[in-house]
Amino acid sequence: MKQEYIITAYSENHIGLLNRITIIFTRRKVNIESLTVSQSALKGISKFTIVINETSDKVINIVKQIDKQIEVLKAFYNTNDEMIFQEIALYKVPTIALMESDQIEKMIRMHNARILEITREYTVIEKTGHEEETQALFEGLNTFGVLQFIRSGRIAITRSPIERLSEFLKERDSLFEKLEEKNKI
Amino acid sequence: MTSITNDNIPGQEPEEITGSEAVIRSLIAEGVDTIFGYPGGAIMPVYDALHDHHHNLKHVLTRHEQGAVHAAQGYARVSGKVGVCIATSGPGATNLITGIADALIDSTPLVCITGQVLSGLLGTDAFQESDVIGITMPITKWNYQITCAEEIPEAIAKAFYIASTGRPGPVLLDITKDAQFAKVLYSYTKCTKIRSYVPEYPADKLLLQKAADLINNSKKPYLLYGQGVMLSGGEEELIRFLNKTGIPAAGTLLGLSAIPTDHPLNMGMLGMHGNYGPNIKTNQCDVLIAVGMRFDDRVTGTVGTYAKQAKVIHIEIDPAEIDKNVKTDVALIGDAKHTLKSLFALVNENKHTEWLAEFEAARVIEEEKVIKNDLAPLKAGLTMGEVVRMTSILTDNRAIVVTDVGQNQMAAARYTKFEDSRSWVTSGGLGTMGFGLPAAMGAKLGAPDREVVIFTGDGGMQMTLQELGTIAQENLAVKIVILNNHFLGMVRQWQELFFEKRYSFTEILSPDFVKLADAYGIPGCLVENRKDLEGEMKKMLDHKGPYLLEVHIEKEDNCFPMVPQGKSVAEIILSADELK
Repeated sequence: MKQEYIITAYSENHIGLLNRITIIFTRRKVNIESLTVSQSALKGISKFTIVINETSDKVINIVKQIDKQIEVLKAFYNTNDEMIFQEIALYKVPTIALMESDQIEKMIRMHNARILEITREYTVIEKTGHEEETQALFEGLNTFGVLQFIRSGRIAITRSPIERLSEFLKERDSLFEKLEEKNKI
Repeated sequence: MTSITNDNIPGQEPEEITGSEAVIRSLIAEGVDTIFGYPGGAIMPVYDALHDHHHNLKHVLTRHEQGAVHAAQGYARVSGKVGVCIATSGPGATNLITGIADALIDSTPLVCITGQVLSGLLGTDAFQESDVIGITMPITKWNYQITCAEEIPEAIAKAFYIASTGRPGPVLLDITKDAQFAKVLYSYTKCTKIRSYVPEYPADKLLLQKAADLINNSKKPYLLYGQGVMLSGGEEELIRFLNKTGIPAAGTLLGLSAIPTDHPLNMGMLGMHGNYGPNIKTNQCDVLIAVGMRFDDRVTGTVGTYAKQAKVIHIEIDPAEIDKNVKTDVALIGDAKHTLKSLFALVNENKHTEWLAEFEAARVIEEEKVIKNDLAPLKAGLTMGEVVRMTSILTDNRAIVVTDVGQNQMAAARYTKFEDSRSWVTSGGLGTMGFGLPAAMGAKLGAPDREVVIFTGDGGMQMTLQELGTIAQENLAVKIVILNNHFLGMVRQWQELFFEKRYSFTEILSPDFVKLADAYGIPGCLVENRKDLEGEMKKMLDHKGPYLLEVHIEKEDNCFPMVPQGKSVAEIILSADELK
């Protein structure tokens, strides 16, 4: 059965790696619903957050193929309920709509959104949340005519107390030590 | 860490040299003795540097870049070393693609070096510019574009480390022409570790015990060996393991020659045209031990009906192969050699006499229904099988056998007898027609003291026959056997069996191959009758240099047994009659 999975991959920050990772999906005709790449807490290490809608067999296969890339440190996958995740959305509405009624103001309060910039012509509103939430605000605001709308890819963090990357790098150091010992024999 | 500077002389101060000189010195520092290539504009500085080093780095000029990459594959497969090929930018690089894809799917260690346009011209559609990094991304284990000379030694060191460790594979380095011209303070340090890359994992003791328990309690254990056995150098470990446990074994197409054909526990070959017993017993065993193989669909038939009754133990170095095609009960991630060695201590001695008798009964059936017709045919026309077997007999099973793809390949796989490891070079995963002739040149250079015989068809031969020029120029003693049935035989076989004998574009006209060889100064002979085969083949094998033997084969012979596509391994057929 298909469901949403969040794939997280830590990698070296190298040219072309994004392509190496995305072609793993393309080859299997799997659509990427959302993709975010940014520097992780450790300098020089990038973090990929990729959302797909797939069966568990397929996601396991894909994660292994990502993990296999030389410059990928580690790839994981989780279901939505195993992670805390957010997206950010920006909405541009005509300022006049704010002036003429208090509806938009109420919506901003209700959705826990905030205003980033107001000019004579337009106002930019920001909201973070799950896709349903940012979408709900879009639909509300759109009754007044949203001039522009953009939503980011998903970012996600695990519910475990430690950062997986540092935990993982420690494990890897001891793995390399073990392998050196093995190859000495 | 070993530090090698200045052409492999340790302890010398770094010296300022050109990037192209650094390329050549780095290759020599990696122990490369032979490279295959074709020059062109963007790689000219490297060729210029090569001019000074031809005494200790042999360059073989092929007739096409595809020939260079397949030759590098043949070289790597028989020698266990990394194969190296070199080409210019644009068309030179794109001509390598088939071979790179072939090397990836067949786990062959390669370092491919391509020239690239000046870095300032990247992305401008410059003359002979192609995005070779982008193009080769899905078919390389790793690739990298070098745009400044300083990167050259480190990138080459990484390339060799990545290509040769873990599950081997092809690596491509694309070097811009300005990086080849620029100066670099050269020193060379071999790569021994990349933090984001774990080539192998240590054995898991609990899982080893679990696997051993399964094996020790098994009544009908069955072992499948793949190329991973040879890639890890685990041939001895496999034989010791089999001898102790008495487990029958069968090889994948790429696993052939890992253990001698006549080893009493070697039951033959798996797969679509493999042996009868090895296929049907897969669905009757209780424990299936897969060693260094990847459950290709040509091995499994329909995966939904494959070995469902068995507990599966998978010994495999590449974690991505675990559960990819066949779900395992115990996954032992690690190389075949070390894993078999660890497992050896935990398994009990056994002799599975009754179980082995079942294989023998299957062998007798295949002997009667298939092998007899192939090796001692009653009809006048020659079969591929008898030509192949004759070669084994006349070479005491000691030749390296290279094949092309199709019926010639399957006949060679079924009827060659192997004594030594790394004696079999074929394109398995990609099934690349045209692979054979250039791969055989590489094999001869990788194992110059061994007899190298290539079986090819009239179709595959014509895909890369320009390499006769290379063979002649280098006087490579490759023995070329063309099994000519005047058809693209395997496709014709499928047309006969599954497309109502509608022979759509499979009848192929060939040149007079013997005359063609003669034009290159290569002697040859045409065999049309059985009575001439042995004598002419002896003549070929006795000849010191290259030789071409064209053998006319029965036109519409089929390759059996066969697991028809979409069928279970248990539904293997022994003749076309079983399809009706």
